Amino acid sequence: MLVWSRSGRLLVWALVVPLMLVIYGLPMGVIVVASFARQWNGVLPSGFTLAHYAASLEGDSLASLTTSLATGFIASAVALISGTWAALALREVPRQRARLFDVLFFVPSAVPSVSVGLGLLVAFSHPPFLLNGTRWIVLAAHFVLISAFTYGNVRAGLTRVPLACEEVASSLGASPFYRLRRVTLPLLAPYLISAFSLSFALSMGELGATIMVYPPSWVTLPVHIFALSDRGAVFDAATLTTLLGLATVIVLTALSRLASRAAVR
Amino acid sequence: MPTVADIAAFCTLPRRPAQPPRGLWLIAPSLVLAVLFFYPLALILRAAFGEEGAPASLAAFREVLGSVLFLDGLEHTVVIAALSTLGCLVLGFTLSMAIAFVPFAGVKFAGRLIDAIISLPTFLVTLAFTFVYGSAGLLNAGLMREFGFALPPVDFLYSQWGVILAEITVYTPFVMRPLLAAFSTIETAQIEVASSLGARPWRIVGHIILPAALPALLAGGSLCLLLTVNEFGIVLFIGAKDVITLPLLIYGKAIQEFDYTSAAVIAVVNVALSLALYAVYRGVLGRFGGARAGLV
Repeated sequence: MLVWSRSGRLLVWALVVPLMLVIYGLPMGVIVVASFARQWNGVLPSGFTLAHYAASLEGDSLASLTTSLATGFIASAVALISGTWAALALREVPRQRARLFDVLFFVPSAVPSVSVGLGLLVAFSHPPFLLNGTRWIVLAAHFVLISAFTYGNVRAGLTRVPLACEEVASSLGASPFYRLRRVTLPLLAPYLISAFSLSFALSMGELGATIMVYPPSWVTLPVHIFALSDRGAVFDAATLTTLLGLATVIVLTALSRLASRAAVR
Repeated sequence: MPTVADIAAFCTLPRRPAQPPRGLWLIAPSLVLAVLFFYPLALILRAAFGEEGAPASLAAFREVLGSVLFLDGLEHTVVIAALSTLGCLVLGFTLSMAIAFVPFAGVKFAGRLIDAIISLPTFLVTLAFTFVYGSAGLLNAGLMREFGFALPPVDFLYSQWGVILAEITVYTPFVMRPLLAAFSTIETAQIEVASSLGARPWRIVGHIILPAALPALLAGGSLCLLLTVNEFGIVLFIGAKDVITLPLLIYGKAIQEFDYTSAAVIAVVNVALSLALYAVYRGVLGRFGGARAGLV
């Protein structure tokens, strides 16, 4: 404790709490209020309505919501398999080479998302790899962008899994596959779940690569929100942003409950 | 008598029973990444040196790198990233200090809030800013009504300051995470002894807290720099005509003008800048070890 007197501490918090409220509370609050606003020309909205929510749950808006959820789940699931696979395989490799691959698996997180999108456009616009114009190019972009984060999370989890458990299993005659299925993966479960939720959240909010590659038939929520706000439909944009945040938080909370239950077991 | 050939054959015999070489399992995930990431990246590099089929030339590089548009974009990217990172470090350090060393009832809630902000899309804050600080936003509406201004008096949002403020808001949590982890390792006894010996708070900060927090500040700062150089959503949503950064320039060239060669040249510069910053970030982590800033 750095500030001893009670009045000093109150003074610090009298400065910090309003600061945090203005910086973080205000933007989030404003988005939620705007999603209910009829018109907003003064300090406060002139009236409240549920019309924006009604509009969000039909047509293009509903389609983009389900598109984003589907993209998030599929891309995260594939990234989870590939990231776990990579992290497990990397343990068998000599240290020097492991370090090289470690950097390679992390590099996609350092490359700007717009460039990832541009690369996919350049690479997959011609046969035999014609992905451009299909939903698969969006899924590929999301997979590339989140793969490093799933890999990193699983790898960090692996360093905390006690090696002795696996060695005991092996010495008792467990086959490698049995050991993986009954020992390693259950021990790793909490980290797998948190890796999945992180990549799901990233995918739900991804804009840079998606806007480069999306076909008209697979418009994700952030792209749709940008189109709305670009043509001045700011209240509808705010409503969908609220729904996007809500969907993300619900999925994350549910998964973190699951993770803590997996950890206790 | 064994011939040389026999000896050679003996020497190359496998010493151990046949076993699949280690690292065979690594092929599958590496192949996926190679096809979906490294191959497209290589094609961007190829496209930057001219059309397919034509001999490689530096013409596109010369033309784009000399253009005012590109130089403006590069300048904006660097200035916005540097100022945003500085802002994140100052704000992150202040907030983390308060949370860690002047504890109060809502500390846990503040920590949850930080995690929530990290997981939300970056354009949320920008959209919110247009409602708060925009020309028809609540701040301007209030000021115009109270003080009778003819024009909106607060007019920074559609400039690089709007982008910088939004980026500071979004990326400060990335500095706070490693900082809070670093602060939790400081012995409180050390601070108590120092202050019982009469050290003033600023001296404790300078001699105990700052040295302990330096690795976290460097790691968080270099991660911030990387993320702000690559930021796209915030700049796109602010949509100011004269605030164009490299990612936005790539989007404009490729999607709006169909000029893939220029887009590829700018992408090569942008990727090189990002990889250099990533190398700095990895270097800082390798040198000081310890807490990753959460994501990368």
